[in-house]
Amino acid sequence: MSYKKIFLDGLWQQNTGLVVLLGLCPLLAVSATVVNAIGLGLATTLTLVFSNLAVSLARRVLRPEIRIPAYVIIIATVVTVIQLLMQAWFHDLYRVLGIFIPLIVTNCAIIGRAEAFAARNPPLLSVADGLATGFGFCLALVALGALREVLGRGTLLSQAHLMFGDAGKSLQITLIPDHPGFLLAMLPPGAFIGLGLLIAGRNWLDARISGRRKQVADSTRNGIQEEAVT
Amino acid sequence: MNRILRSAAALGLVAIVCTSALTAVDKLTAERIAEQERRVVLEQLGQILPQQYDNPLLDDRFSFRDEYYFPNNQEVVAYRARYQGSPQAVVLKFKAVNGYNGNIELLAGISADGTLLGVRVTSHKETPGLGDAIEAEKSDWILGFSDKSLGQPALARWTVERDGGAFDQFTGATITPRAVVEAVRDALAYFEANRDYVFDTASQASGVTP
Repeated sequence: MSYKKIFLDGLWQQNTGLVVLLGLCPLLAVSATVVNAIGLGLATTLTLVFSNLAVSLARRVLRPEIRIPAYVIIIATVVTVIQLLMQAWFHDLYRVLGIFIPLIVTNCAIIGRAEAFAARNPPLLSVADGLATGFGFCLALVALGALREVLGRGTLLSQAHLMFGDAGKSLQITLIPDHPGFLLAMLPPGAFIGLGLLIAGRNWLDARISGRRKQVADSTRNGIQEEAVT
Repeated sequence: MNRILRSAAALGLVAIVCTSALTAVDKLTAERIAEQERRVVLEQLGQILPQQYDNPLLDDRFSFRDEYYFPNNQEVVAYRARYQGSPQAVVLKFKAVNGYNGNIELLAGISADGTLLGVRVTSHKETPGLGDAIEAEKSDWILGFSDKSLGQPALARWTVERDGGAFDQFTGATITPRAVVEAVRDALAYFEANRDYVFDTASQASGVTP
């Protein structure tokens, strides 16, 4: 298991949001704007890193029959700690994301990574896997958030001051001035349609890339055969 | 048997470690979280209380229930602003229950003579892009409450234009502004009927949470 493969899997091949389709509840609920998406994405990444680390460290103690309840305790603890820290130091962002933070517990991707990866691999690799999976989820969230925010409000990164302080106010980009607002994109149906488009886009890209790779492989094989014939 | 015991011990160990971690973090953050919550409430109150006052606003408060003016058995909080002991204004924290989607939480500042100083929405689940125009950041609609009172406009006109009232509705959304206007009207009516009670009730502030 190499770091390169871990990151390739987390970000692209096995992307939780777009390929494995785990954790759709927060993905659909908190992707109305880019700032919300980044906030939840980072919180989920942090959760994944620390729950993977804890599960990996405890993996020799955790016999199969108690591993699921142990994961539940560990993940719930990590999420609660993150919630408390956020409440103390990023209070305004917490007020926006507040109700979704406890929902991270229900993100199957986290228990999924604990079971599928952290329980069988050493701590460093598990942390890398948590980072990769988290960034992949974050990427899907931000892509969906950007799509919905541009279509729905004509802006990008609005309310960035919630996350970056007063300096964030200048980060807002207005792409379509005087946007009348496209309600569908802001509401849950828009999240479903947007997610569908993103999955289709990823599959199309993936097919193109592997198609090209296959072509290259075919042509080299043909080359070798021709050489063999001659 | 041994195996079961060992498993139970392992699970117990995980629980103990996790609980200790949680307790430690809670201890570390509790004070700062309470401080942040006070700051948020003070900021919200500051938006609608430009008037002069010299008492500790967050500590001079009490809560009550009044089914007639504030339905659904909701808890209303009253923050009193005084200057050298004389009542200046009260901020009522209550909910409009007839919104399109769930309760709309409101703060209404009412000066001692019954005039509205201002109204703000602190949380709601109304439709984004339609009903959310009640937020001060989204539109100026909510600012229109300033300087209104029970006689100004007349009581019968304390509703949205569609119902013959004096307040705008939004394109495509009538239910949300109607709920807010009528809830504010009821809060004003409560204040007019209970003015002395509002200012004379002993403060119930206790602990750190506002």
